[in-house]
Amino acid sequence: MAKDVSDPTKKAVERSESFTTVSGVPVERLYTPEHIRDLNYDEDLGDPGKPPYTRGIYPEMYRSRLWTMRQFSGFGTAADTNARFHYLLNHGQTGLSVAFHLPTLMGYDSDHPMSKGEIGKCGVAIDSLADMETLFRGIPLDEISTSMTTNAPAAILWSMYLAVAEQQGVDWKKLRGTIQNDILKEYIAQKTYIFPPKPSMKLIVDTFEFGAQYVPQWNTISISGYHIREAGSTALQELAFTLYDGIEYIDWSRRAGLDIDDFAPRLSFFFNAHNDLFEEIAKYRAARKVWYKVMTERFHSKNPRSAVLRFHTQTAGCSLTAQQPYNNIVRVAIQALAAVLGGTQSLHTNSLDETLALPTEHAARIALRTQQIIAHETGVTNTVDPFAGSYFLERLTLDMEKGCWEYFDRLDALGGMVAAIEKGFPQREIHDASYKYQKAVERKEKIIVGVNEFVMEDEPPIEILLIDESVAGRQIEQLERLRQTRDNGRVRTTLEDLRRAATANNVNMMPGILECVRAYATLGEICDVLREVYGVYEEPAF
Amino acid sequence: MDQKIRVIVAKPGLDGHDRGAKVVARAFRDAGFEVIYTGLRQTPEQIVNAALQEDADVVGLSVLSGAHMTLCPRITELMKKERLDDVLVVVGGIIPDQDIPKLKESGVSAVFQPGASTEDIITYIRQNVRKK
Repeated sequence: MAKDVSDPTKKAVERSESFTTVSGVPVERLYTPEHIRDLNYDEDLGDPGKPPYTRGIYPEMYRSRLWTMRQFSGFGTAADTNARFHYLLNHGQTGLSVAFHLPTLMGYDSDHPMSKGEIGKCGVAIDSLADMETLFRGIPLDEISTSMTTNAPAAILWSMYLAVAEQQGVDWKKLRGTIQNDILKEYIAQKTYIFPPKPSMKLIVDTFEFGAQYVPQWNTISISGYHIREAGSTALQELAFTLYDGIEYIDWSRRAGLDIDDFAPRLSFFFNAHNDLFEEIAKYRAARKVWYKVMTERFHSKNPRSAVLRFHTQTAGCSLTAQQPYNNIVRVAIQALAAVLGGTQSLHTNSLDETLALPTEHAARIALRTQQIIAHETGVTNTVDPFAGSYFLERLTLDMEKGCWEYFDRLDALGGMVAAIEKGFPQREIHDASYKYQKAVERKEKIIVGVNEFVMEDEPPIEILLIDESVAGRQIEQLERLRQTRDNGRVRTTLEDLRRAATANNVNMMPGILECVRAYATLGEICDVLREVYGVYEEPAF
Repeated sequence: MDQKIRVIVAKPGLDGHDRGAKVVARAFRDAGFEVIYTGLRQTPEQIVNAALQEDADVVGLSVLSGAHMTLCPRITELMKKERLDDVLVVVGGIIPDQDIPKLKESGVSAVFQPGASTEDIITYIRQNVRKK
């Protein structure tokens, strides 16, 4: 039925009975000044660079410096990934981000039986300092910032990086980068855990303490919502659980005697950028505001830098489709736009072949170019927080904040995040949301182009990157050679020292781990010692 | 009527991405199947053992790590040894097109790639399960 333009009281029939965000939050037909009557500019927004930082953490934002374009990459051997790093840097990438293969993330050497079939598949195989040396060959560590996605063995891989810096003659105080080091979201969502919560949290607090003292420009954690969202959470759950994880890390650090203003400025965050443009922008804006309030009101931080939330963003892998994969370029562009409009500090854009395999060089380049087009062609970087004042966006931002406080109350009542995880609370919330979303897709309440609508039969296949099994052979051969040529007496001594430190449980583990690493003890050997002392985590059934 | 279809939902390999496995397991339960979810990082031996112990009609494997070409054929090989030839094996996850023929040759009945609906998987199982 066509809308009768002569009579404004008559409305066209709407396409749907209800309109919701991708997270299922109802959206009204129209937002007006009435919707933001409770908004106070100074209290709720503030100018960019001023509390509560809703509008951004710097006064000039991208007018002074663009975000860091940081493509997550890693595959095959260290030599393979080193070549990809050089390729990306030559094409204008401004930071590195290392993807490790699953055995490394799980603390197994490449010759462990559990590593069979996994070597070099999901990332680069790193067994020892020797591999880390190869990984950064020809890359001056004082000139680049590096992010390393590793959690359970983060302290070990960071120690390897610090040892490479020593070899290059680079002062640790000049090193810039991030270790993800966020075990809570592993228990909650991504499940790449090794040890139980208590020793895991101790290792993390140790890295905070060590970093504050010796590697002051390093982000010792990237508190991550990315994986929570990928596991199927809503935007609000992603935000609330991530920020509450931050609260939990601070609680544990303070109980260990650390001063909040010594380590809080090095806490960084990592969020997802999903398809719903306005909901995502609201999420990033609310994140800064809620964190400012948490730090100043809950923890009474004094250093202004402690209360500033800096974050990395990655576009949503789970939103991409194996069907008609070139459409993914468009999805990634819109998601990346949300991250930029939300004021991200660094960004990874996914490659169009994400749902099929690790990216080809061609696909990785298009992903990087997508960021460059947003940065240099669209004009969105010319002014700070351009959507501020939108009735809709401000309402979404206020609601996102309110939802956060409600989740925080529930998590406080459960006794904090570790206790909540042991009760399965965040895991259940996420699973329920992911199931609801799947059902909505199957009922076509949510349309995914190329999957449940606009489907094509007989699509031509696209070229993908294959990691062949010869990678495993080469990696295991290198590892065997290392075990034969290193000083095995020194390896044993450093590992025994580490075991004593772990058992004593009252010393910082970083110096001991560094000694093992410098002796070319392997990641698996170091993790074995820690597994023996700390035990391994088993997920509770719920 | 006939007995409930018994399904093992298993995650071989090192990745912890259990969103798909858990959504599919829940959809199976809603469809009236008996579901046993093995949990993460199960070896081929553990999975086949579970299939034996639980007298499964179907083994559903979820792999997102890229290790499917090593792990899935190993599981079907062990199942043949244990004379579990009548158990239907289906695989889901990040499985590129070119791997599907080889997986089927090794004894996998069907592969469900990203975007597959739970309804399609359930229908496939109902039509192809060889109920004892």
